[in-house]
Amino acid sequence: MHEVTTAETTQYLTFTLEEEVFAIDIGKVREVLDYTAVTRVPQTPEFMRGVINLRGNVVPVMDMRQKFGMSATEKRVNTCIIIMEVMVDDEVTIIGSLADSVREVLDLEPGQIEPAPRIGTRLNVDFIQGMGKHENGFVMILDIDKIFCDDELATYGTDDVMNQLQG
Amino acid sequence: MMEHFRQTFREEADELLVELEHSLLELEQNPADDELIDRVFRAMHTLKGSSSMFGFDDIAAFSHEVETVLDLVRDGKTGVTKELIRLTLLARDQIKAMIKVSVDNGELDVERTEELVAAFHKLVGTALPVLVPAGLSSSASSQPGDSGLEIVYAIRFRPDRDIFKRGLNPVHLLNDLHELGLCRITAKTNDIPPLADLDPELCYLQWDIMLTTTHGVDAIRDIFMFVGEESSVEIEVIPRESGEEARKIRPELPCQAAGSGKPRTKAIKAISSIRVAAEKLDHLVNLVGELVTAQARLSQTALAHNDTGLIALAEEIERLTEGLRDTALNVRMLPIGGTFGRMRRLVHDLSSELGKDVELITEGAETELDKAVIERLADPLVHLIRNSIDHGIEKSTVRMAAGKPPCGTIRLTAAYSGASVLLTLSDDGAGIDREAVHARGVKMGLISAGTELPDRDLLNLIFAPGFSTSAKITNISGRGVGMDVVKRGVEALRGAISITSTRGEGATVSFRIPLTLAIIESLLVQIGTTNFVVPLSLVEECIELTRTDVAQAHGRRLVDVRGAIIPYISLRERFGIGGIQPEIEQIVVVEVDGKRIGLVVDHVIGGHQTVIKSLGRLFREAQGISGATMLGDGTVALILDVPQLVGDEEVLERRTFGNAPFTEKGTMHA
Repeated sequence: MHEVTTAETTQYLTFTLEEEVFAIDIGKVREVLDYTAVTRVPQTPEFMRGVINLRGNVVPVMDMRQKFGMSATEKRVNTCIIIMEVMVDDEVTIIGSLADSVREVLDLEPGQIEPAPRIGTRLNVDFIQGMGKHENGFVMILDIDKIFCDDELATYGTDDVMNQLQG
Repeated sequence: MMEHFRQTFREEADELLVELEHSLLELEQNPADDELIDRVFRAMHTLKGSSSMFGFDDIAAFSHEVETVLDLVRDGKTGVTKELIRLTLLARDQIKAMIKVSVDNGELDVERTEELVAAFHKLVGTALPVLVPAGLSSSASSQPGDSGLEIVYAIRFRPDRDIFKRGLNPVHLLNDLHELGLCRITAKTNDIPPLADLDPELCYLQWDIMLTTTHGVDAIRDIFMFVGEESSVEIEVIPRESGEEARKIRPELPCQAAGSGKPRTKAIKAISSIRVAAEKLDHLVNLVGELVTAQARLSQTALAHNDTGLIALAEEIERLTEGLRDTALNVRMLPIGGTFGRMRRLVHDLSSELGKDVELITEGAETELDKAVIERLADPLVHLIRNSIDHGIEKSTVRMAAGKPPCGTIRLTAAYSGASVLLTLSDDGAGIDREAVHARGVKMGLISAGTELPDRDLLNLIFAPGFSTSAKITNISGRGVGMDVVKRGVEALRGAISITSTRGEGATVSFRIPLTLAIIESLLVQIGTTNFVVPLSLVEECIELTRTDVAQAHGRRLVDVRGAIIPYISLRERFGIGGIQPEIEQIVVVEVDGKRIGLVVDHVIGGHQTVIKSLGRLFREAQGISGATMLGDGTVALILDVPQLVGDEEVLERRTFGNAPFTEKGTMHA
């Protein structure tokens, strides 16, 4: 379980996946882009949607819905790509993530954040930094570094490709 | 601040050490070349000067010892011997180690320093004058007379106006000059302003000095060492025979500048250059890459709008961008000579270690390649040269028995060949033992015992991973130590490697390396909605693949190209790309390891200037894709890693059908 150690008010960017509201620390967010065509890289996990051209840089884009076991994101009028700075192997990496819509910037005090319950979120609790109380509902605050620190990205390799091709 | 100085010193010293090594190795070839002796001496002298300036007293003391010996050589009091070169090379390594230790704080082998000093003493024996105590910074009086001859110098000293403020008194400098010899000093007072305008804290005077001395020009320079770059010191030698014009050693000598020379030194070639951090250049190349992409979009947009003015402008921008791209890439180009120099040292060390007589001949040292390419070429080259000396070239006695000259030759050449550089490394050693390679190939299950392979395929077995691990093969034939590593290194540079050998006459390894890693010419193709690019250097031709062709092949992935059977890989299937495949597909025929293989795609779009971008760490495991590039419309295309695709396919086929590696001859379905 992840302790929330922040003592001061932190700003979070909220966005939706399907109808649910999620939030990430705004310090991790670099910018929000309109949806653009993503080039898929063959033989990579489904939730890695591919790469985009961000002003001349190749930026990988993931589909957080697929990562969380929801259906794949489809392009709608509000679909956008949140460009984030994520720690991968102790290095800051720029990664884009698809979101169905981006809502607002939210100020949350430490008192408004509770640790995530161990059950009931239908998500890997490691990914959740806490639950923020907001208006009448709550938002799930994601620990974006954790999402990328699991070994899933590195597990596909030659053998998988071979099996996939042979299977 | 000190850190910064140390860094500067280290960079400067590294350059000097490289220069020193080169000159020494050249000197070994031409022991009588005065110019080279001077270069060696100068490098060592400057090392001494700057190390003492930055407070590395141990380095200064040690290099002083070496310099003293070199000075004797320069004066012809002792000759250039193999032993001297060897010791000086070792001393150079020791200085390098000392610098490393002082900067990184490590353990230094002090005994080794003493051993080397002792060895130098022994080498020059009694010829050595009384040594000056260690730790001296540098001063005129400590330098032994350069030649014993009296030389007249004309010195023009124009101090910086602010010289007093920096705590220097020109009078002391002039007094020091007096100590060197007979001095006639004229002060120039032209610049002194009227009293009302005169600032007593500024120095308005300039001096012309005629100095007759037995000391060398270095002694004079040492006096002016600390006057700063704003002051100018010109030193000219007045020849003894009047009538001959005074030769300028260095016009405008910025003090503290590296290098010193005896009067007989020819004018040093002035190279105007600046030191730039590599990251800045990388950044520049990245920006230019983006510009190239943006410009392509501009051209497309201009055409779409059909506006004559805009099209003209777009064309102008295109021309400028191309110029800028070429220039930016050219900035990162370095001559390969530096790497050749390293190899020379390697040959020198290895041949004496193994007791073989080997000469390295290099050609095309001026050939320029991208900095990144050069850095990554060194390791494969080291590997190959080790192999050549260790296993290829025989001992002198064996060579003579075989009717060859006793001294073995390794020839390392570089030459431009289109958009790539062709590097060849050949030796006149024993060559590769084909039978042994064949036997080993059979043992490793790469080929079957009865198979007769053509020469090229047989030699290519050497590049198979693990081929080298057997000690047996290296003892019999040599050439096999980590050749797969070499091959991978070259392929990582998008290069190709090939090997030829004649038994008893030697072996030649050649590789073709693209000039740059940043931008390549490529062929843009499409599968489904995804764009891919294939490096154009690999592409042989494009042919059509119709459904009829597929039906006639009975499910075999083979196609008949003008009588040659070529296997192909369906990339759509391989990459798991969905969608409907078109009636007529295209086969891009590529050549990998001398074998022709087809890659099936939906459409071939055309040529493309590919600015190579990395896919980043998240996709580092991606198979068959080596990078990405931006297209004119702003989308991303993926760069196919052709050697890997083909290699994986071979593994797959072997696993599925239990075949030996497939070749163009179609053995895979035998």
